[in-house]
Amino acid sequence: MSAESQEVHHEEGEHQTMTKGRIIKVAVILSAITAVEFIIALLLVPKGIIPIQYANPVYIVLTLFKAFYIVAYFMHLKFEKMGLALAIIVPILFIIGLILVLTNESYHWVNLRG
Amino acid sequence: MSTTVSQIDEVKTTPWSGGRSPFNVEYGKVMMWFFLLSDAFTFSSLLISYGSLRFSASVWPAADKVFQSVPGLLDSGAPLVFVGIMTFILILSSVTMVLAVEAGHRNAKKEVIGWMIATVIGGFLFLGCQALEWAHLHHEGFWWGSTPPLEELGKFFHEGGTEAARHMTAQEFANLFFTITGFHGFHVFTGVIINIIITVNVLLGTYEKRGSYLMIEKVGLYWHFVDLVWVFVFTFFYLV
Repeated sequence: MSAESQEVHHEEGEHQTMTKGRIIKVAVILSAITAVEFIIALLLVPKGIIPIQYANPVYIVLTLFKAFYIVAYFMHLKFEKMGLALAIIVPILFIIGLILVLTNESYHWVNLRG
Repeated sequence: MSTTVSQIDEVKTTPWSGGRSPFNVEYGKVMMWFFLLSDAFTFSSLLISYGSLRFSASVWPAADKVFQSVPGLLDSGAPLVFVGIMTFILILSSVTMVLAVEAGHRNAKKEVIGWMIATVIGGFLFLGCQALEWAHLHHEGFWWGSTPPLEELGKFFHEGGTEAARHMTAQEFANLFFTITGFHGFHVFTGVIINIIITVNVLLGTYEKRGSYLMIEKVGLYWHFVDLVWVFVFTFFYLV
């Protein structure tokens, strides 16, 4: 286990890390984004202020913001080396390909079903 | 790992010239990241299958009509309130987890224990809420392979669509909902178990002896991933 502790001290020397203030800040941001999603879903859409077809992309963008804050700060990826961040993020981009292929497929299905 | 290097080796000091982790991260933590990457693919496949089935259907059960109850308080008329509580519970337990990691950096054993116990309680609360939610939907007739009776299906949809289409998509919705939230709930459950094991280890002083609380960071990564998946499940099942 000596190798492990050695590595940790090495790491702490080079990196800035999560302080309590920063943790609270990210927690407030995540809660605020969730609260905004609820306001859209429970107030703005039922009252017809925002049509549902505009609300959906807003939800997805807000979700991606939340995902960024969780991965970057809570999971600490922002403070890791660029190599590790790329090794995790680049493979995720393949998912976009699957989304494009299958939404295209569904688009044709919905037309066939009429 | 030898800490002494010969003169000829000292010339090469780039991250990729060997002898140390190029990512500057301990082995177990890198492996946790790669496990989570594979898990992200699994959840993506499930969610994208859900998305493509839903997108190819002309009607789909409306979230604000299906999820209307607060178990124990209201049977209907409170759309999305209960899942809102669940979402905040999971976000808060993620915050207590990251506070445990922060306390671990300072080798503050008592604080680590406190925040880990808070995280475990948050996990159990979430699982309890999910059990109530499942019980409520099951009571209404949704389950793998079964939907509420045809004449009652209307109250789960906004408008449009034939009865056959409604029956088909209600079934697809039920199968996907229980599979995806079930798989996520299974992750929460294993996360809680792992958190309990780690908390016991902290209590026994395992990491104090080891000189580092790095293990807290590794289980923390897993726990945050569970929260991350919930963010997506929440958006695509309850909001969109």
